[in-house]
Amino acid sequence: MPTVSMTVNGQQVSGDVDARTLLVQFLRENLHLTGTHVGCDTSQCGACVVHVDGTSMKACTTLALQCEGSEVTTIEGLAQNGELHPMQAAFKEHHGLQCGFCTPGMVMSAIDLVKRNPDPDEHEVREWLEGNICRCTGYHNIVKAIQHAAKEMRG
Amino acid sequence: MPDSGSPRVLRKEDNRFLTGRGRYTDDFNRQGQVYGVFVRSEMAHAKINGIKTDAAKQAPGVVAIYTGKDMEADGVGSLPCGWTVTDKHGEAHKAPPHWPLARDKVRYVGDHVALVIARTEAQARDAAELVEVDYEQLPANVETGKALENAPAVHDEAPDNLCFDWELGNKQAVDDAFTKAHHVTKMELRNNRLAPNAIEPRAAIGEYDPGTDEYTLYSTSQNPHLLRLILCAFVLNLPEHKVRVVAPDVGGGFGSKIYCYAEETACVWASKKLDGKPVKWTATRSEAFAADAHGRDHVTHAEMAMDQDGKFLAMKVDTVANLGAYLSNFATAIPTYLYGTLLAGQYKTPAIHCNVRAVFTNTAPVDAYRGAGRPEATYVVERLVERCARDLNLDPAELRRRNFVQPDDFPYQTPVALTYDSGNYELALDEALKMIDYQNFDKRRQESERQGKLRGIGFSAYIEACGLAPSQVVGSLGAGVGLWEAAQVRFNATGSISVFTGSHSHGQGHETTFAQVVAEKFGVPYDNVDIVHGDTGRIPMGMGTYGSRSLAVGGSAIMSACDKVVEKGKKIAAHMLEASVDDIEFDRGTFKVAGTDKQKSIGEIAFAAYVPHDYPEGVEPGLDETAFYDPSNFTYPAGVHIAEVEIDPDTGETKIADWVAVDDFGKVVNPMIVEGQVHGGIAQGVGQALLEDAVYDPDSGQLVTGSYQDYTMPRADDLPSFRVGMTETPCPHNPLGAKGCGEAGAIAAPAALMNAVTDALATDDIQMPATREKIWRLAPAAAE
Repeated sequence: MPTVSMTVNGQQVSGDVDARTLLVQFLRENLHLTGTHVGCDTSQCGACVVHVDGTSMKACTTLALQCEGSEVTTIEGLAQNGELHPMQAAFKEHHGLQCGFCTPGMVMSAIDLVKRNPDPDEHEVREWLEGNICRCTGYHNIVKAIQHAAKEMRG
Repeated sequence: MPDSGSPRVLRKEDNRFLTGRGRYTDDFNRQGQVYGVFVRSEMAHAKINGIKTDAAKQAPGVVAIYTGKDMEADGVGSLPCGWTVTDKHGEAHKAPPHWPLARDKVRYVGDHVALVIARTEAQARDAAELVEVDYEQLPANVETGKALENAPAVHDEAPDNLCFDWELGNKQAVDDAFTKAHHVTKMELRNNRLAPNAIEPRAAIGEYDPGTDEYTLYSTSQNPHLLRLILCAFVLNLPEHKVRVVAPDVGGGFGSKIYCYAEETACVWASKKLDGKPVKWTATRSEAFAADAHGRDHVTHAEMAMDQDGKFLAMKVDTVANLGAYLSNFATAIPTYLYGTLLAGQYKTPAIHCNVRAVFTNTAPVDAYRGAGRPEATYVVERLVERCARDLNLDPAELRRRNFVQPDDFPYQTPVALTYDSGNYELALDEALKMIDYQNFDKRRQESERQGKLRGIGFSAYIEACGLAPSQVVGSLGAGVGLWEAAQVRFNATGSISVFTGSHSHGQGHETTFAQVVAEKFGVPYDNVDIVHGDTGRIPMGMGTYGSRSLAVGGSAIMSACDKVVEKGKKIAAHMLEASVDDIEFDRGTFKVAGTDKQKSIGEIAFAAYVPHDYPEGVEPGLDETAFYDPSNFTYPAGVHIAEVEIDPDTGETKIADWVAVDDFGKVVNPMIVEGQVHGGIAQGVGQALLEDAVYDPDSGQLVTGSYQDYTMPRADDLPSFRVGMTETPCPHNPLGAKGCGEAGAIAAPAALMNAVTDALATDDIQMPATREKIWRLAPAAAE
C-alpha cells in the first residue's frame, strides 16, 4: 500500500492508502474529518468540495495520492480560534443552510469564488454554484449569504 | 400585511453544520464494523432461477453473502403498507408481499437481490460484482397510463395491475350538475414522477449486542419510533423494548426517509446473523435514484362545469396513480386521502367526484414526497381553474375571486370530506396581486414582445391539509397508526430545560423554533433550552416529521407538557408563597400571588422541586412532564403564488422573471425559518415544472434518469430570488395557532409556473416538465 503525505488544516498528516482511495475517503476515514460529505457518484453535487493548494476541488473525484505534498483545507479548518470565517458567519446570519449536508461544500466553493471575484453579482454567484446542489434552500439565502460575505471579506 | 411580531432568531444548529461537526449516519463508525453492499436487479422484471455466490464468497475480505432464501428461512416478514384503502366495491387494496431481499422475482431495476458483507466497503463492492444471478427476463410494464391496458402483470395477486379502484364524492350530484352547465372545461394532465434527492444519501448501521440481546440501528430516518415499530411488529418480529433507533443529523428527507426500507432491515438482521458485528450500508446516489421511494406519477383527466358567470358547479377527476412495483409504507394513502380530499381547493364547488385507479408497474415504489398528494391535487385544480378563465375569457384572478370560500364560511365543509378551519383566501390574492404589480403586467408583456420574448403570468391558489393528523379520523380511513405527537419538558435542577420531542429535524430547524416557543413560555433565555430528538433511547415515543406536522402537532405536544409544568409549579409556588393554588398566576416564568407582589421564578420552583426540603404534601418531587397531543382536525395552510416568466422562443429558455408567494401558515414562530421553507419548497416545485422527470424506458424498463447527469436537479442558476409575503389567520384548534409551512412551496409552485408557461405559449399542449426542448418546439408558433 502506498503512503501519502499532505498538510490538512495546517497539520502534517500521512497514511497508507489504496491507489484508488479518494481524497474524500482519506479525509473521512483516515483522518476522521467527516465534515466533507459525499452526496453523489458523478461529481456533481459538490458536497465534497475542499481546498487543495488554495483552489476548490471536488474531493470525490480527486485521488488521495494526487494530493501528495499539497496543502488541503477542509470545512473543519476554516474557523480560527473559535471564530467563524466570514463565509460561515454569513451563511448563519442569512439562513443559507437547512439540513447542513451540502453546506460544507457550498461554503468552501463560495470562498474560492470570492477569492477570484471579490464582488460577484447575483448572476455570477448563481453561475458559480452550478457545481453545488442544494435541495433545501432553493439557493435564495445561499446567494444572499455569499454576497454579504464577499462584502465582509472585501473589508 | 399583519406582522406576527415574531423574532428572527438565528439557528442553534448552524454552528455544528457550518464547522463540519454535524453528525450524520455515515459519520458514525462502530467497533468491528463490516460493510454491506446490495446486489440489485439490473432487470425491470425477471424470474430468479438461481444465485451463484461461490466466487464472491472467495473474494478478499468477504464476511457473508445473504439472499432472500436466508431471510425466508429466518422468517423475515414483508415490508408492510400501513394504510388500508377500501375501494369502491368495498374491498381492501391488493397487498402483494414486499420481501426485503427478493425471493422469486425481481420487479424493478434496483430491486434487492443479495447482500454482500465484507471487511471494507471496496471489498464488498468488488465481491458484489462476482455474484451471478440467473435471471429469466419477463416483459416489463412501466407506463402509468398503460398499466391497465393488458400490460404484463407485476404481481400474480393483481393480474390486471390494479391495486385499488377508489372514489370520493357524490357522482350523481356531479353528473346532474354537468347536464346543467353553461360551459365545461376539460384537461388532460400528467403529474411527472420525481426522485426526492435529499442530498444526504440514505444510510444505516445495524448492531446487535449478543450480551443483552439488544439491537441498535443508526439510520437516516425522519421518524425513528415509527421505523422501530414497523421493524419490530411487521418485518423482523423483534421485541420493541430491545431495539433502539437513532436518527442523528439527517441531511434532508422530503418524505423519502419516512419509510422502513429493505436496506436498514437487512443491516439489523445481518448483524444478528453475524453475532453482533455492526453492519454498515451507505447508498450511492445511483442507488438512491433506483430505490428511494419516488413521488407523484399521475395521469389525470379533469373537468369543471360552470354557469354563465363562471361559478363552479361541479368538478370531476379521473386519475391513474402509479404506485410502483411494491407498496411502500404509506403508498395507498397518498393518491387517495391526501389527494382526492383536497380537490375542492379554495373554492365553493358544490359537487366533486374523484375516481382513482392505483396501479402496479415495474418501477421504484412511489410514496410521499414533499406535499404528497396535495401537490397533485393543487396541480389539477389550479391548472383547470386557469384554463376555465381562459375558456371564458375572464381574468384568472377574478374567476378565483368569484368562487373562493369566504372568511365567514368557516368552518367550511367541502364536498370531499374535509372541514376547513380558517382562512382568508381573497386577502392573500390581493396581497399577491399588489406585490407582483398585476395591473402593469400587460405593459411588461409588451416590453418582452418588443424584445422578441414571450411573457406569461400564472396563478396558483393552493390549499393543503397539514398537521397530520387526528388519529380517530385517519383510523376510520384505514391508517394503521395514530398520528399524535409526544413531548417531554424537563427542568433541570439548575433551571435549564431539556425538551424531548418525537418530531425529527432534518433541516427544519426544530432545535431553534421549539426552543423559542419554550423560552417564551417560561421567560428564560433561549440558550437555556435544548431540544433533544432522533433517538428512541432518549425521547418519548413519537411519530416523527412529515406532512408539515412538527410545529402544529409536535409543538402543541410541547405546549401541553409546558402547561403540565406550570400546573405543578403552581402547587409548589403556592406552598412557598403560603397562598392558595387558585390564587397563583403564571406569566412568562413568574408565579405570582394574584394582587400582591409576592412571587417566585420558575428557576426557584425547579430548584425546590429537586431539593424538596420545604415542599407541599402530596406533590411528587421533580419538574419533568410528558404530554401526548392528538390534533382535533387537520390544519389548512393556504395561499397564492404568482409566477411570471419570459420565454426566449429562439432557445426555449424559460426565465422566471418574478415569483411572489403569499402564504397563510397561521401563527409564525420564526419568520426566517419559515421563509426558508417556502424558498426550498418553491425550488422543488420549479424543478418539477421545468426540469425533473424520473423516466423509465418503456421497452426495457431501465431507469433512464439514474444520476445527476441525466436527472435535472434545479441549480442556483435555474432559479430566481423569491418574494415572500404572509397573511395570518391563526389555526383555531391548536395552542400555537400554527398551520405548518414545510410543503406549501412544492404544492403551489408547479401549477403557478405551468400556468405562466402556457400563458406565454398560448397553448395548454405541454406537460411537465416543460423542458427547454419542449418549449423550443412550441414557442415559434406562439411568437407569430
